[in-house]
Amino acid sequence: MACVTPEGKPTESGKKMLSALKSGATSPEEIAKATGLPLFRVRSGLRDMTKADLVREEEDGYKLTEKGEQFIE
Amino acid sequence: MEEIREEIRFPRVGEVAPSFEAVTTHGTLRLEDFKGSWLVLFSHPADFTPVCTTEFIAFSQAYPEFQKRGAELLGLSVDSVSSHIAWARNIQEKTGVKVPFPIIADLSKEVSIKYGMIHPGESKTETIRCVFIIDPNQVIRAILYYPLTTGRNISEILRIIDALQTTDKHGVATPANWQPGEKVIVPAPTTLEEAEERLKEEYECVDWYLCKKSI
Repeated sequence: MACVTPEGKPTESGKKMLSALKSGATSPEEIAKATGLPLFRVRSGLRDMTKADLVREEEDGYKLTEKGEQFIE
Repeated sequence: MEEIREEIRFPRVGEVAPSFEAVTTHGTLRLEDFKGSWLVLFSHPADFTPVCTTEFIAFSQAYPEFQKRGAELLGLSVDSVSSHIAWARNIQEKTGVKVPFPIIADLSKEVSIKYGMIHPGESKTETIRCVFIIDPNQVIRAILYYPLTTGRNISEILRIIDALQTTDKHGVATPANWQPGEKVIVPAPTTLEEAEERLKEEYECVDWYLCKKSI
C-alpha cells in the first residue's frame, strides 16, 4: 500500500493526505489539490487508508478517524 | 486431431477499457482511479533491458508534457514489483532520471491478457510494446503496437493525444502529420445539399470532401 506501511501507519504521502483532511478537504479532488498528489494516488490512498481505519467515508466525504488523528504532525 | 486454440479477444478502439486492479510501484491501483484523466497504459517486454530502458527515460522526461495534457502514464510488464523498484532506482542512479509514474507488476499476466499485450509470434512470455490511449471516460481511443526491437516514438503518442483532444473540443478531424496549430479537417458533407454548400463556405477546399480550416 502506497499510503500505509505494513504496520498500518501512514507513509509520507499518507500523512500529507491526512493533513489535507484535517484542513477541511473532504473529496479526492480537494485532497489532490491540497497535497499536489495525482488524483489516482489520492483515490487509491483513500482506499488503503480506509482499510487501515485511518479515514472513513461518510455521506459528505472523507473524514479522519481517531486513529488517523494520531498521525497528524 | 483438431487443434484447440484459445481465442484471446483484443480490446478495440471505441470500446470501454477493460477494468483491472493491479499491484504497482505506487501501490494497488484500479483503472477507475484514473477516471477523469487521460491515461497512457503501455507495456514493455522486461525490466533491465536496453530498449525498454531508453523508453522509460524518454517517457519520464516527457512526463511534464503528458501532465500538461491532463494525461497520466501507467507502465506494465510481467516482472515483479521488486524488479520494477530496482530498475527504476537503477535508472535514476545511472542516468539521473526519476521514473515519476507507476508501473504494474503483472506477474499473473491478468492485465496483459485482458489487453492483448502478449503476441506469441513475438514472445510467448513477455508483453510486446503496446500503447493504449484511454480518455477521461475510460474509452480506448487509440492503440499502438510496436515489436520488441523497436523503441516507441513518444512525440507521436503526445501528438495523438493532441489530435484526440482537438477532435473532442472542436468536432474536427486532423490530417496526416498534423501538428498543433496547423489547419484541421472539416467533417465531410453527408448530403448532396451540404456538399454544394460546402464549397461556398470560407474553408480552404481541395474539393467538396476535403476542406480545412484554422481553429
